[in-house]
Amino acid sequence: MRVKAWSDRGRVGGRRRFVALMRKESYQILRDPSSILIAFVLPMILLFLFGYGVSLDTTRTRIGLVVEEETPLTRDLAASFTASRYFAVTQGRDRREFDDDLVLGRVRGIVVVPATFAADHAAARHPAVQVIVDGSDPNTASFVQNYAQAAAANWERQQSSEGKASPPAIAVEQRFWFNPQLTSRNFLVPGSIAIVMTLVGTLLTSLVVAREWERGTMEAMMATPVTAAELLTGKLLPYFILGVASMTLCVLLAVFLFGVPFRGSVTALYVLSASFLMPALGQGLLISATTKNQFLASQLALISGFLPSFLLSGFLFEINSMPTVIQWITYVVPARYLIPSLQTVFLAGDIWPMFGRAIAVMLTIGSIFFLLAARSTRKRIG
Amino acid sequence: MWWARLKALIVKELLAALRDPRARLILVGPPIIQLLVFAYAATLEVKNVDLMVLNRDSGHWGRELVQQIGGSPTFRSIGLANSPNEVRLAIDNQQVLAALEIGPSFSRDIEAGRPAEVQVILDGRRSNASQIVSGYLSRIIGALAAETPAGEHAASMAVTVEARNWFNPNLIYQWFMVPNLVASIALLIGLIVTALSVARERELGTFDQLIVSPLRTHEILLGKLIPPMMIGLFHITIYILAAVFVFGVPLRGSLFLLYGSAIFYLAAVVGVGLFISALSMTQQQAILGAFLFMVPAMLLSGFATPIENMPAWLQPVTLVNPLRYFLVIVKGVFLKDLPLAEVARQTVPLCLIAVVTLSSAAWLFRRRLE
Repeated sequence: MRVKAWSDRGRVGGRRRFVALMRKESYQILRDPSSILIAFVLPMILLFLFGYGVSLDTTRTRIGLVVEEETPLTRDLAASFTASRYFAVTQGRDRREFDDDLVLGRVRGIVVVPATFAADHAAARHPAVQVIVDGSDPNTASFVQNYAQAAAANWERQQSSEGKASPPAIAVEQRFWFNPQLTSRNFLVPGSIAIVMTLVGTLLTSLVVAREWERGTMEAMMATPVTAAELLTGKLLPYFILGVASMTLCVLLAVFLFGVPFRGSVTALYVLSASFLMPALGQGLLISATTKNQFLASQLALISGFLPSFLLSGFLFEINSMPTVIQWITYVVPARYLIPSLQTVFLAGDIWPMFGRAIAVMLTIGSIFFLLAARSTRKRIG
Repeated sequence: MWWARLKALIVKELLAALRDPRARLILVGPPIIQLLVFAYAATLEVKNVDLMVLNRDSGHWGRELVQQIGGSPTFRSIGLANSPNEVRLAIDNQQVLAALEIGPSFSRDIEAGRPAEVQVILDGRRSNASQIVSGYLSRIIGALAAETPAGEHAASMAVTVEARNWFNPNLIYQWFMVPNLVASIALLIGLIVTALSVARERELGTFDQLIVSPLRTHEILLGKLIPPMMIGLFHITIYILAAVFVFGVPLRGSLFLLYGSAIFYLAAVVGVGLFISALSMTQQQAILGAFLFMVPAMLLSGFATPIENMPAWLQPVTLVNPLRYFLVIVKGVFLKDLPLAEVARQTVPLCLIAVVTLSSAAWLFRRRLE
């Protein structure tokens, strides 16, 4: 009889304790300006940066154009370079005029139409255009090459439509699905939402919990009747809600400010984000439990959370192009699974087989982090 | 006399930063791991591409095209699809980046001298990689077109674009990435070490002791400035050695210019760090402040994407970013043998940033004193 009363009281007390704990954590978040900074101000700044600042769309690359001999034909060819929407062209008479500009980065490439061009073209002797590019930035260099090729191909099409040349034997029709304008913003902004959630989940959580360890308030909490599970859930639930809130803010900005199309369902978006927050929060908790020091926690959160989400997730850099050993590392980076799914929710729609796999892996990584965090918490106390 | 005081302070600062073995590990280990991992990982090259082919053509030319694509080192696997639906599923689920559709009359058209057509479908969710792959495919298809009976004449008329890459003839991505990392990891380290130095002392209360000591404000400032610069120079030296001996990046310019400008760069970085430190009351604020500066500094420096791709109204913001200038110097000295005049032109803004941030930090310290 007494035992039963005890356990009843325990249960009621458990819920009350939990509510009280949640309330304490929520007050702490609301009172601390740095939490708001990480959860709302930083995401907005990041989204702005990725929306405006980071752009792989080379609009108007500066090039120098040298036509060594003016003929109607070469003038026509030069015009197709000047008309290209990818180039901002400065014309010159001699290639050497641009040599220094290339060293100083004032132009990214020099296009030379050699003096023999018109004669080679008339004799069908493989007329050639030289493109000298600044290889110190390989990505821009290959884009300049591609665009130069496109400008030349354009000119050929014009020639053949005017009957001056035969059309190419094989025409290539290209279709870019989901993002026909090839706007890099359309995949960078959804990807950056994953990075924002990493910040809230991993950096903020690890900092705050590490501060509690540093100040000894964590031990004080452990000494109360609160169970370890209650303590962890009570601690993490507010950050979970904060993560979801800042994700919502980002999605609203992405759609209404940056005009990224949203073709999937809101359900998929929230299920995916919630699954991602598990490993993100788990990692934050694990970092704080093992370091118990704000400086170390912030550094570890940056090195093991933020930078991998940024560099090893396929966000900017293709995972397939990385060396095999680094490809293995990417398998444990939760953002690797979230980013393609987010890009899909935005640009393609709901593709559940893909989401299902991603969710399963993220939850698995999350539970491993939580188990490790719980173990190291218990060990330190005992 | 003042030199002895300053030396004592510098030794104390170095001890404070390096005494804790875990902190020492954080200052030395991760930057080197970052250099290695990111130099190999951060590549915008496109390799190991998975492609799907829907070949509805039963003739010779369709097979030939698939074979030539298969022979290209860019493509890792070529899946054969039997229906457009299969292609759609593979693209949707990102099993392949691109798909090639060859129509039923492809070989017939080529034999008859009619323009033949192929369709390339690319995943726009990864538009950067898609564009590069589409460039590769066009080149392979163009080469095949030149072998066709009708194509031979057209090919001899067609304009060849002969590309020559200066400074980096084979467009090796690491030659671009490693110099970039030298500059940006130095930023990371310099900023974190400095941002924390004052904030930690403030939290522990030792900063007040420092202020009441016989040290003058500018001496305290120098004492806080020099040790992180020494740590920064140590890192820069390691990275330059790694760049040359591990990654084989050619060092074409003068090492003297590189180190000379590095000193001003580090002064600017540490100045920003001290300024953040002077503003923050707690370590947490300092860490966040450093982070708040670091992320935009990385993204708006020309590191990830060129500054000229940014909208015109955003480009002036990059002018206050020390990384922007030092990136030009490091890349330029390594690959282009950048002339002294240009190095100097990029160093002047670094001096300005250092002077402005250091004097504001000094002003903030002094204001706290009064």
